[in-house]
Amino acid sequence: MNTPTTIPQMIENHRDSLLADWLQEQATIGSQRLLISDAELRQQCLDFLRLLQEATASGGMKDMNSPQWDRVKELLESVATSRAQQGFSPTEVATFVFSLKKPLFGRLRQDIRDVENLGREIWAGTEMIDRLGLYTAEVYQKARDETISRQQAEMLELSTPVVNLWEGILALPLIGTLDSSRTQVVMETLLQKIVDTGSTVAIIDITGVPTVDTLVAQHLLKTVTAARLMGADCIISGIRPQIAQTIVHLGVELGDVATKASLADAFQLALKRAGLEIRRPAASALAGED
Amino acid sequence: MQLEPRKPAVVRDQVLPLKSDADVVQARQAVRRAAEELKFNLVEQTKIVTAASELARNTLLHGRGGTMKVEFVADLSRRGLRLTFEDRGPGIADISRALQDGFSTADGLGLGLPGARRLMSEFDIQSKLGEGTRVTVVRWKP
Repeated sequence: MNTPTTIPQMIENHRDSLLADWLQEQATIGSQRLLISDAELRQQCLDFLRLLQEATASGGMKDMNSPQWDRVKELLESVATSRAQQGFSPTEVATFVFSLKKPLFGRLRQDIRDVENLGREIWAGTEMIDRLGLYTAEVYQKARDETISRQQAEMLELSTPVVNLWEGILALPLIGTLDSSRTQVVMETLLQKIVDTGSTVAIIDITGVPTVDTLVAQHLLKTVTAARLMGADCIISGIRPQIAQTIVHLGVELGDVATKASLADAFQLALKRAGLEIRRPAASALAGED
Repeated sequence: MQLEPRKPAVVRDQVLPLKSDADVVQARQAVRRAAEELKFNLVEQTKIVTAASELARNTLLHGRGGTMKVEFVADLSRRGLRLTFEDRGPGIADISRALQDGFSTADGLGLGLPGARRLMSEFDIQSKLGEGTRVTVVRWKP
């Protein structure tokens, strides 16, 4: 049997006392007050009650995917998203909705004398609030995930600086994991910098790369080939003994790519290729200064 | 009847999911921690982690995701690290070809599987078309 619910009517009649009880309930449960102002919380709760009343009155409580519920969802989304950014815990965010149960059911108990009716209304209310609570938690989770992926994207940008060591000599100090999306960024920045500076030698330093497996090796080789096509020679430096042994066992051929143990060695080779050399001032010149 | 030597006992184990690139990174770190704990030297550690990286990526790429099990194993005289990579992917049609250097169905170097085999002490691969693949590798402490 589908008897119309009295919940929308009840919210309308008792809005002020419901609001007061609800705020009271949230105050006792949570530590939310530290992170959000009373006025802001009050406004959110008031808006929620108003929209909930409209939705239940026009859309009914069965089909919460109907457009009538869109504005309620929209409000919950903004509440969950802003709280995710403000550093609320998942429990605190879900409590916003769940804490409405006690005041709401209290009112229902006062208004409805018939036990069977009361049971039905409470069940309908529970179902509705549970679903709204879960929806809020889900949105909160999504907002957190977005924050994380945004930070990851920022890290990608941060962690691939190409530095100019000398006229015509670039260095790319790689640090961390070289998964494919990051390698793409690395390759693009290096190639762009080669064009910008007209460099002829690029040193790729892998001292900070903990694991060099076949995928990493492949990415390195591709970068070297691309740089070569643009007229720049690459030197790979920072090959530690354990990495060298592992590469041999893996069977990876680095071909005719110049490799060096340290960045210093690679820099020396780069200078030589550029026709430059570093010299100590001759002893006679020093003596002559006296 | 002669008794067969008992199978190495599992001292401790841990199972990790391999569903995304990030899981591969996690798997590598877990293997590195385990290898450090077993006091493998730096070269050994690097070999084990690299093999794990190859196999984890295979599980993700070819097996459409799966799991990695990390086990501390011990028999009478030695201790070691055993890694088991399992997926329910399409399986490998020709295992001997997959173990050849330079054979790749993806766009890789084709050195992952044979390379991992060379990096570890023991290597076992079981695969059934349409059912999945299980690769088990062990590195004993010298």
